[in-house]
Amino acid sequence: MSLTNKKHTLVALVEDRPGVLNRVASLFRRRAFNIESIAVGRSEKPGLSRMTVVVDGNSAKIEQVRKQLDKLINVVRVTDITAEDIVTRELALIKVNATTATRSEIMQIVDIFRANIVDVASNSLTVEVTGDEDKVESMLELLRSFGVKEISKTGKIALTRG
Amino acid sequence: MKKTGAQILCESLIKEGVEVIFGILGGALLPVYDTLPQYPQLRHILVRHEQGAAHAADGYARVTHKAGVCIATSGPGATNLVTGIANAYMDSCPMVAITGQVGRPFIGKDAFQETDITGITLPITKHNYLVDDTAELARTVKEAFYIAQTGRPGPVLIDMPKDVQQEEVEFTYPEKVDLPGYKFVSRGHLAQIKKAVGRINKAERPVIIAGRGIVISQAYNELKELAEKAQIPVVNTLLGISSFPGAHILNFGMIGMHGMAYANMAVQNADLIIAAGMRFDDRATANTKRFAPQAGVIHIDIDPAEIGKNVPVDIPIVGDVKNVLKAINKQIERRDHLDWITQLDQWRREHPLLGHDQGNELLPQYVIRQIQEATQGNTIIVTGVGQHQMWAAQHFVYTKPNSFISSGGLGTMGFELPAAIGAKVAHPEEMVWSIAGDGGFQMTVQELGTIAQENIAVKIAIINNGYLGMVRQWQELFYERRYVDTKLWNPDFVKIAEAYNISGIKVKSREEVAPAIQKAMDHPGPFLIDFVVEPEENVYPMVQPGESLSRLLETPKPEMISSY
Ligand SMILES: Cc1ncc(C[n+]2csc(CCOP(=O)(O)OP(=O)(O)O)c2C)c(N)n1
Ligand SMILES: [Mg+2]
Repeated sequence: MSLTNKKHTLVALVEDRPGVLNRVASLFRRRAFNIESIAVGRSEKPGLSRMTVVVDGNSAKIEQVRKQLDKLINVVRVTDITAEDIVTRELALIKVNATTATRSEIMQIVDIFRANIVDVASNSLTVEVTGDEDKVESMLELLRSFGVKEISKTGKIALTRG
Repeated sequence: MKKTGAQILCESLIKEGVEVIFGILGGALLPVYDTLPQYPQLRHILVRHEQGAAHAADGYARVTHKAGVCIATSGPGATNLVTGIANAYMDSCPMVAITGQVGRPFIGKDAFQETDITGITLPITKHNYLVDDTAELARTVKEAFYIAQTGRPGPVLIDMPKDVQQEEVEFTYPEKVDLPGYKFVSRGHLAQIKKAVGRINKAERPVIIAGRGIVISQAYNELKELAEKAQIPVVNTLLGISSFPGAHILNFGMIGMHGMAYANMAVQNADLIIAAGMRFDDRATANTKRFAPQAGVIHIDIDPAEIGKNVPVDIPIVGDVKNVLKAINKQIERRDHLDWITQLDQWRREHPLLGHDQGNELLPQYVIRQIQEATQGNTIIVTGVGQHQMWAAQHFVYTKPNSFISSGGLGTMGFELPAAIGAKVAHPEEMVWSIAGDGGFQMTVQELGTIAQENIAVKIAIINNGYLGMVRQWQELFYERRYVDTKLWNPDFVKIAEAYNISGIKVKSREEVAPAIQKAMDHPGPFLIDFVVEPEENVYPMVQPGESLSRLLETPKPEMISSY
């Protein structure tokens, strides 16, 4: 087991009932586990949601997280998919300052990243970008120089390939 | 047939084999209580405080291995249960707690006596429910009992809005539960068991640490067979007391902060620890970095999350300890471990427990030993938390399985009286002694009313040292005797008992001890003895906070710290 901290991606299949997210969040707080992000939505199975949790910790700690999560009655299954071949995505909405002078430059960046402009105002543009963490981060990095007014980001979602 | 929610609750409880409910009613529970007389099979015991209901249900559960049931009204009734629920959670006791809730239309409106009890008890229950559909009630009760009593047991709470209790729906009790997210492994993994057997066969200085899991799964015989067949010394955690016969030659006592020196020495010198149904609580292991430094660890527990949580484990076996030990016993070789046991016997002779036969003062340890003499261990001991709890753990010889009931994980003062009520109600034919602290006794003293009303024949021994003794001991040892707010002004406990129509006697000298205990035992009903003991007696041995089990304070003199 490794003692160094590392980001792990856990995927949990949970019952789609009121309070389940609260149970999961409460468990993380209570056991002092550090969540980077959490994202939930319907899964392919009726009555079940799929939850993607990114946690930071060494492997012993992550194993504790996984087992404690698995103990929740409403959690049907938890897997740590970090070491597997996975596809991950995040989505960010970024409102960036735009003047007539900078607008076209921003639009070029958006093009390169295959992102979209979803709102145009007189002094700002809102950009939607989807991708893995690195892509979203680099896009953000580039837009920062224009002055970012607001960011809204989803947590990471993940599936194993194949 | 159509039934009201209240009737469905009662009928479901009966289907689950419930005979006794401890509780107090209130506005949000009136429909349930109004229905109770239709079900005379359900005995309701009216307590004086909901904490008492939860502890009584807990005591009941510990001696019967069935879920204890407590019930409280919404708001303050529900919050009063919280300590008792947390206590049951920490000690893995099966319990179903039922709370009244404001009607569904009022939820979220800060209605009178509304409290988010499912939110509050989220981290201290194995699971909880807010019933918002009366049609789901029967299934909920079924699931609650199943979850509470299987796997690693624990408390489950059901919050029932008042209008759910009144609403009529079709009632059928489900035959089975369908809980895709709930699983537990009861048989150990064969390959792991094989590995463990290999390790046990090779061990030179093995020690079994028996925990509460042995009691929960009633693996007394399996534990005994393992110990005897391979001649392995057995030590226990606080809640492992009475999982292995107290007078057995292989019993080397309790480990931990106030464990016997020889028990701790056994662990610290062992080359193999077989941890059976215990969870490496810090009061048992002391400093985990220096715990059992020479030993490999086999850890048997039904809860996979306990494996590797506090202490690294070499061979984990997830499963019911009874099944796992059975499987191990089939495969292990007979051994004698003569040198090792001889060594432990020598340590036992060299480091005896102190304090019970010295001087003329009335020592608390002496009182415990006298109760032992009089009962010959044929009783259930229920303790509070503090010094008296440790003396009861150290100086009583528990020959009967599951005869030591104590608040271990949460360390809840005030547990002693209501939990004794629960034990006595469950087993009226057995003698039940509540060994109480003078401090803790006053935290739930009102349950004398319950005892009087229901004529519950518990015997109460107050170890009255005039102090919050355990805390005073820490002040003496670690805060240069600055006894800040640990001295107690106490009422006359015998008069208190008498006010409740309960007989009692005050004892101040050694000569009076045995006759008083006899009197209590001869008395048919409840009886209280106020033992006024030496106020500044301390519990030894003691491992100081942060130290390892190898560094023990054995007697009052600091130069007697022994290291081994
Ligand atoms: C509800 C609660 N409050 C506070 C404590 C902290 N505490 C632990 S032992 C103790 C003293 C107990 O006094 P008493 O019941 O007289 O028992 P003694 O130690 O004197 O035998 C206290 C205050 C506790 N364990 N539980
Ligand atoms: Mg005291």
